Amino acid sequence: MATDMKSKNPIEVAKRIGNRMHDSQAMNSIFRPGSVFRKGYTDSPRNRSYVIMNNVLYHLHPVKVKRHAVKVSYTLCLGGLSFFLFMVLTVTGVFLMFFYRPTAEQAWADIQTLETAVYFGSFVRNMHRWAAHLMVLSVFLHMARVFYHGAYKAPREFNWVIGIILLTLTLLLSFTGYLLPWDQLALWAVTVGTNMMGYSPVLRTNVQFVLLGGNVISGDTLLRWYVLHVFLLPFVIVIFMAIHFWRVRKDGGISGPL
Amino acid sequence: MGEIPEHLLKRAAERKAQLEAEKNGGADAAPDAAASQPAAAEVATPAPAPVEEEAPVRTGIAAKVPEFLFQRSKNRRAVLSGEAPASGGGSAGGAAPAAGAAPSGAPAMQGPDGHTHRLLTVVKSGSIQQTKAEAQDKVHTWPHLVSVELGAMLIVAAGLFIFSIFVRAPLLGLADINQTPNPSKAPWYFLGLQELLTMFHPMVAGVTIPGVALVLLALTPYYDKNPSNNPENRKYAIAMMTIFLIFWAVLVIIGSFFRGQGFNFVFPMKDGVFFEL
Repeated sequence: MATDMKSKNPIEVAKRIGNRMHDSQAMNSIFRPGSVFRKGYTDSPRNRSYVIMNNVLYHLHPVKVKRHAVKVSYTLCLGGLSFFLFMVLTVTGVFLMFFYRPTAEQAWADIQTLETAVYFGSFVRNMHRWAAHLMVLSVFLHMARVFYHGAYKAPREFNWVIGIILLTLTLLLSFTGYLLPWDQLALWAVTVGTNMMGYSPVLRTNVQFVLLGGNVISGDTLLRWYVLHVFLLPFVIVIFMAIHFWRVRKDGGISGPL
Repeated sequence: MGEIPEHLLKRAAERKAQLEAEKNGGADAAPDAAASQPAAAEVATPAPAPVEEEAPVRTGIAAKVPEFLFQRSKNRRAVLSGEAPASGGGSAGGAAPAAGAAPSGAPAMQGPDGHTHRLLTVVKSGSIQQTKAEAQDKVHTWPHLVSVELGAMLIVAAGLFIFSIFVRAPLLGLADINQTPNPSKAPWYFLGLQELLTMFHPMVAGVTIPGVALVLLALTPYYDKNPSNNPENRKYAIAMMTIFLIFWAVLVIIGSFFRGQGFNFVFPMKDGVFFEL
């Protein structure tokens, strides 16, 4: 409350504001008691632990990990990068949703408009598409990496199964998104892909009928796949990802060195 | 329950035998019979001081409590309950404090020989707490792991940015169900299946093979019983997986680049590429 000599120097003013914010209830409610944002950070083993412990990252990582787990040459970061690409796809996907209506009459024209008349429209759509292909690739390579390290063995058997489910969901997400531009490429790629489903045992063409919302691809298919692509499949994949990450930690972190 | 260490069993047996002897000794001989045993002093069993004749026969767990402690608690209780009457004489308090030389009125806080506490047992740490944990070579997640992750993320993000600036996502003409392009290709990750479609019945190529492959893949940890993760010891597993991966990769590459109009074989260098991502 020292009101005597309040400096007009902007650095002093910034410091004063900073100090006041530092002790405010708002600040203290945002950051946990041990957070380095509350008590400052100087490099020490204790503070290194606090950084993780008072951070959402604690959901993903323990305070300490095996030294070899940090080596890029072991994991190539493929699992983490798949997750990162998923986040990129979510963000860019939300942007695309602002400009897109999933009807046979409007979808293709909306993409045209997005590409030509929206700031960064073309760029964001490119990112969404390339990140999607990259994610299929990185999930696939992640699976290969885990196999070659024998990391699916006990106690990690079940997490491998979850991983295969995630791979399948990734392919489905990519495939449902493929139809949405509603151009010739989308229509016929999906036609080829879904024709095979008509040969499912027992259910036969019923599978195809349910997925397409009819006997051939139409505007109904577009709506159906749009809902799957932007709502149902992401919802399901997030749940499986949560289980996947949780099990990585519960099963003792990533597998040991060869 | 874990195993009870040998030396503790032995000690318990010794103690049981000793108590047995004491009881027998107390029953048919003078109290000093118990004191004559050399071990008695060690476990702080007092040579029973002038015991009141009406001392009840104690059984069960009470039998294991040393006599002098009973005396002490009795004295204490008497002092607490009848402070005023006790002041007159030792009638309520009964005998003088069992073994200690405490002044009358003060609670008997001391055991035999003036000890104020006694040793119950010594537990050696090595025998019960079996600390098997081996020191693991660990590093702090912050900054070691987080920085690596951040670096990988930034590199991929930068690559994706640059690629997206220069390479446009394809957008062909409006979808037309009456105009089939030639060739019609599935997305690249399904081109392996489309390639199989040229060789097998659709039910085999499109449903059976991918279905069985996916199930077999998911169940790998349950039929691969080899516990080792050393590549030297799992040549068979590695060979199978490598064949599996190369099989799909080759099919996808053929489907992507070596199939042209009518899904016939072409050479990309000569006939051009019929492929859209």
